[in-house]
Amino acid sequence: MSGQSLFPRLEPLLPRVRKPVQYVGGEGNSTVKPWEPASVRWCLLYPDAYEVGLPNQGLQILYEVLNEQPDVVAERTYAVLPDLEALLREHDIPQFTVDAHRPVGDFDILGVSFATELGYTNLLTVLDLAGIPLRAADRSDEHPLVIAGGHAAFNPEPVADFLDAAVLGDGEQAALDITDVVRAFRAAGSPGGRQELLARLARRRLVYVPAFFDVRYGDDGAIAAVTPNRDDIPARPAKHTLTDLDSWPYPKAPLVPFAETVHERMSVEIFRGCTRGCRFCQAGMITRPVRERSIDTIGAMVEAGLAASGFSEVGLLSLSSADHSEIGELATQLADRYEGTKTSLSLPSTRVDAFNVTLANEFSRNGRRSGLTFAPEGGSERLRKVINKMVSEEDLIRTVSAAYAQGWRQVKLYFMCGLPTETDEDVLGIARLAREVIRAGRAASGQRDIRCTVSIGGFVPKPHTSFQWAGQAPWQVVDQRLQLLRDTVRADREVARAVGFRYHDGRPSIVEGLLARGDRRVGRVIERVWREGGRFDGWSEHFSYERWERAAAAELEPLGVSLDWYTTRDRAEREVLPWDHLDAGLDRDWLWSDWQDALRESDLDDCRWTPCYDCGVCPTMGTQIEIGPTHRKLLPLAPVPSLPEKQPLPEKQVPTSAASAS
Amino acid sequence: MPPRRPDGPPTPPPVARVRLRFAKRGRLRFLSQLDIARTFERGLRRARIPMAYSAGFTPHPKVSWVGGAAPTGAASEAEYVELGLAADVDPEALRAALDAALPPGLDLLACVPAEGSIADRIDGSHWRIRLPGVTETELSRAVAALLARDSVEVERKTKNGPRPVDVRAAVICAVCRAELPDCAILDVVVRHTTPAVRPDDVLTALGVVAVPPLTFPVPPEPTRLEQGLIRADGTLADPLIPNDSDTGRSAGRLPA
Ligand code: SF4
Repeated sequence: MSGQSLFPRLEPLLPRVRKPVQYVGGEGNSTVKPWEPASVRWCLLYPDAYEVGLPNQGLQILYEVLNEQPDVVAERTYAVLPDLEALLREHDIPQFTVDAHRPVGDFDILGVSFATELGYTNLLTVLDLAGIPLRAADRSDEHPLVIAGGHAAFNPEPVADFLDAAVLGDGEQAALDITDVVRAFRAAGSPGGRQELLARLARRRLVYVPAFFDVRYGDDGAIAAVTPNRDDIPARPAKHTLTDLDSWPYPKAPLVPFAETVHERMSVEIFRGCTRGCRFCQAGMITRPVRERSIDTIGAMVEAGLAASGFSEVGLLSLSSADHSEIGELATQLADRYEGTKTSLSLPSTRVDAFNVTLANEFSRNGRRSGLTFAPEGGSERLRKVINKMVSEEDLIRTVSAAYAQGWRQVKLYFMCGLPTETDEDVLGIARLAREVIRAGRAASGQRDIRCTVSIGGFVPKPHTSFQWAGQAPWQVVDQRLQLLRDTVRADREVARAVGFRYHDGRPSIVEGLLARGDRRVGRVIERVWREGGRFDGWSEHFSYERWERAAAAELEPLGVSLDWYTTRDRAEREVLPWDHLDAGLDRDWLWSDWQDALRESDLDDCRWTPCYDCGVCPTMGTQIEIGPTHRKLLPLAPVPSLPEKQPLPEKQVPTSAASAS
Repeated sequence: MPPRRPDGPPTPPPVARVRLRFAKRGRLRFLSQLDIARTFERGLRRARIPMAYSAGFTPHPKVSWVGGAAPTGAASEAEYVELGLAADVDPEALRAALDAALPPGLDLLACVPAEGSIADRIDGSHWRIRLPGVTETELSRAVAALLARDSVEVERKTKNGPRPVDVRAAVICAVCRAELPDCAILDVVVRHTTPAVRPDDVLTALGVVAVPPLTFPVPPEPTRLEQGLIRADGTLADPLIPNDSDTGRSAGRLPA
């Protein structure tokens, strides 16, 4: 277990791959610590390409939190692109970290961050390249513990066979507590080996260990029961909830990559959780309750992050950033602070109301002004009631008119297709909205050359949401509705050229649906797809629906279930769902009644400004809503000493040739 | 709030311009020109260099890259960039501050006030290429074969498809020596052409003219040592020193 650098062997291969820069490490604010004498060594994996994984906040936070511990080494690894994968296999070089290029298999813990289910095949590539047996059952004491986290870990059952453990919820404190357990266990001489270590972690309520639970299936194919197979562990592993976010201001020094990545900015998370209650939104359900960072902590994080990174844009992240109790003050005070510095601030997406246009104006006051994004999600008022996204058409038109009138030229509208109860009419509502938006925009701005981009994502029912029982729309239905919508927009001479239309075909959503709501039997499908070459399923150029369909037929049908069974089938109230034994705090009966309310097109308010509606999270988890306002003010920044004025150029500074050919 | 227009008021012209020479070393040789530009922009902000900006909705700091960048994967001791500044600052203080804000491997070697056009002071590059797995004898034979020809064309992939480039015509001089018994070193001065003749092209040309053909078992390691105006003796004048091409220095001298 040496931690020796593989770089000398890797380097000669790099001229032969696309984008070698993503494998060299050395990014701004990256950390390399000595292998000895660390007592616990974490390798953090984002199972997608570097350009997607590097900006991931969860991974950056854990990287920093863990490396702050004097006796902990934390390094990062990402999925290598297929060209390098082939070369690594040819030259027998294992999966490496980008920081010190150490073999991933040498670490104590491989922490995997699953933001989406489409990274599952990449996990298998990484394990295989690292020389770690794919199945947890085949690993020995010399192999790292493979621990998953991230939103997809709230139903880790499809990858249960490949994981030693999963952490539900916020990872900061959990990662430190896991480190403590591992450190103490090793200091005691690792009594009882790997199994005992996992048992200790489970007993401390830190992780869910799939191997400690048995799943029985009934004759109808559904799960009959999930039961723990030891009596010393909790029967319902629960999620972790970080409180007092002000005392966890991470990342303090954002990573600054050389390579182009999907987000060319730094991010500051302004709150965690969301109780708007959008019924499709897994993130909102599993991160409750709302916990805000205060305005002064946010101000300090923005300043520290900018000084440490040199980024020129700051994204104020959360699930619904305009809902921060002091967002208006934040916008104005940050814009004042960065006046004249070409620093722009952005919100990931904005709520549909006029206040948000004012916000966006403030945010872009000192820097770049890109487009404005609104997410009505559903094309008709009826459908928006079903999903509990309460936006009226008048609000939307008023909001975008204000935006166009104030000089914004590009508005992006985000919708979903395939929502429960959706009809062709609902989807055609999107075309009508787009037309109204363009008309209103032309009237408000007095210009014809305004644009509106309509982006449509396929809806995938997710665990721990009110829609967890819903049958997913077949991909053929989604494709046909999108086609109808596109034809309708194209046929509308008046606005066709002003409306951009972005969508994907419906088939990847079906695979995402299989992986999202699957049980342990789906693991065989994942493994077969991977063995047949499946990689990077989130990338349209690598994704093959046929491969998934074939593998699902081969692996599931002998067991009496199918791809359809997992995706397009409605579930009954009492069916045991694969994730029912995992506690996100949500009361199952409340979720079911919310599902029934959805079908009745009945909406629900936010518990931040109306009384608690008993979703169950706060009492179950012992947490409460943490919001402002604090009424504190950001102080202007102290002036920075500038570079000295120019002096006459001394003789010795005349540059000489740095190297010569002698 | 009044509407903001992309054209807006024009930004003031730069108060001063400086010219920097920098190196791209070690593992950072795998940075592309875009990666370098991105890293510079962030370094400039971290170092709080008072940059002049372009106008518009997406203001950019005034950074001009001089000439053709060393290709991704090639190291360099002689890349050049010009900065437009919003304040007149001491070039050495700027160099030190920016160097400290850039990662090791992107190293600033010199900074001078910009005078005249630097593009007019660069028409050639001196490359040194390490060739592990190639002996000096093999390399010398190939170099002699190349120099004996009037023209050796190789295909270069460009944005507009493959284009033939005449490597022989661009090579001013080429010298070989042995670093180790099984590692030869090639020093070559090439004239800048369009498209540029890169180290890869030189090696491809050497590969095809040699009898038997020369192959490279290990990826060659090119480093650009100098750029400048090619003097009559095959050395390069330093583009940061006005009129250096007249001084007849011999520092970069290569026997022809
Ligand atoms: S328990 Fe009540 S207050 Fe807490 S998140 Fe649920 S609805 Fe809101």
